[in-house]
Amino acid sequence: MHAPSSDLPILFAGVDIRRGTTVLLRNLSFMLSAGPPTVLVGPNGAGKSTLLRAAMGLLAPTSGGITWGGRNVPSPTGRAIVFQRPVMLRRSCAGNLAYALAAAGVVGADRESRLADLLRIVGLEAVGDRPARQLSGGEQQRLAMARALARNPTVLFLDEPTASLDPAATKAIEDIVRAVSDRGVKVVMATHDLAEARRLAGEILLLHLGELIESSPAQKFFADPVTEAAKRFIAGELLV
Amino acid sequence: MGGETLSALHLLFTGDPALFAIVRLSVAVSMSATILAALLGAPLGALVALTRFRGREVAIVALNAMMGLPPVMVGLVCYLALSRSGPLGAWGLLFTPRAMVIAQTILVTPIIAAITRQTVEDLWAEYRDELTAMNVGPMRRVATLLWDGRFSLTTAFLAGYGRAAAEVGSIIIVGGNIEGFTRTITTAMALETSKGNLALAIGLGVVLLLIVVSVSALAWGVRRAGERFAG
Repeated sequence: MHAPSSDLPILFAGVDIRRGTTVLLRNLSFMLSAGPPTVLVGPNGAGKSTLLRAAMGLLAPTSGGITWGGRNVPSPTGRAIVFQRPVMLRRSCAGNLAYALAAAGVVGADRESRLADLLRIVGLEAVGDRPARQLSGGEQQRLAMARALARNPTVLFLDEPTASLDPAATKAIEDIVRAVSDRGVKVVMATHDLAEARRLAGEILLLHLGELIESSPAQKFFADPVTEAAKRFIAGELLV
Repeated sequence: MGGETLSALHLLFTGDPALFAIVRLSVAVSMSATILAALLGAPLGALVALTRFRGREVAIVALNAMMGLPPVMVGLVCYLALSRSGPLGAWGLLFTPRAMVIAQTILVTPIIAAITRQTVEDLWAEYRDELTAMNVGPMRRVATLLWDGRFSLTTAFLAGYGRAAAEVGSIIIVGGNIEGFTRTITTAMALETSKGNLALAIGLGVVLLLIVVSVSALAWGVRRAGERFAG
């Protein structure tokens, strides 16, 4: 499923990102490696979305550096992202996928077979001809994931993909995340939902006010958190 | 006045050949000019919306201001350019329908470009993250935003067509209002009014209104159908 020339590991070295006088990320150093999903948790404004955008290569650090597979510039198609509120292009479900495949350079008969595969992976075969903007919120998220997978990414970033979805739609998304991860794609996902983090994460990064508070394997994070902030967050207290 | 209106309707419903020749030419000139202006103005508007260059804000103000170009002035400039001693005089276009199309294209292009610029800029704010994440290049961005904004852009087309169909100042200068050759609804209305032939003038006015309303209704129908089937 994933491209041979990997963008992994993604290395953050002393990354600061500021907008004006506001610090969005502060002195972040960590590495995203191949393996089970890495889940970013933390309250609103913690910097989860900013971190995902920076790792995607959409935001440049103000200071510090990011490397992708040891390179300063990421590969053109090695990464894909699903935004919290994905924008559907004004065309059919299949049209959205065809567009993403064309943008990724997939042409000819290959495009048709990939398109059918992607619709099947996200369970949208029955609605391929429907206008994408008329799909439900959960279906739009699944289509956005298929569109991201059209790039055949090594790394898939998901920004709160289940926010505001009902349990059935959430389960459908989580099933896709597992399936994609099982195929060797590195999933890096932001969520507010600790229960979801427990279900999916292999590794947890806890962010608060733009700083990385704790980073550890998921099992250890939930069973034996190191920092006071992590303990309070897991206990359901509000980090402010 | 009532009698004149009735005479006008009689001309309409009896299919008066002179009236219909005028109507045909009007529709052909205005529609050709609007289509040409759309082909020029839509990409121009999209490029201004998506590119950042020195003097961009001045360009936007100028583009918006050009929506109010005085038709007589455009007609005069075209006349000077197309007249025998002008730079384009060798083309022999003066006092032909082609000259009228050129003049109206110049009038309509800024309208379509300015409305397209605003539409595409708004759409770009919505699409920026997705298209950037998909590594979509500049030309494909323009094409995508124009395509996805196509239903909103019908408004630009309608505004342009309305301007072309209703104007008289430029085409009377470059067309000459020659009977059976360059006479359109608006130039004929001006002439018939000055001759005191109000019945024909009113009849032409009614036809012009019907055409503009029909084009608008057609565009609205296409837009509604498109939104239903394309989302």
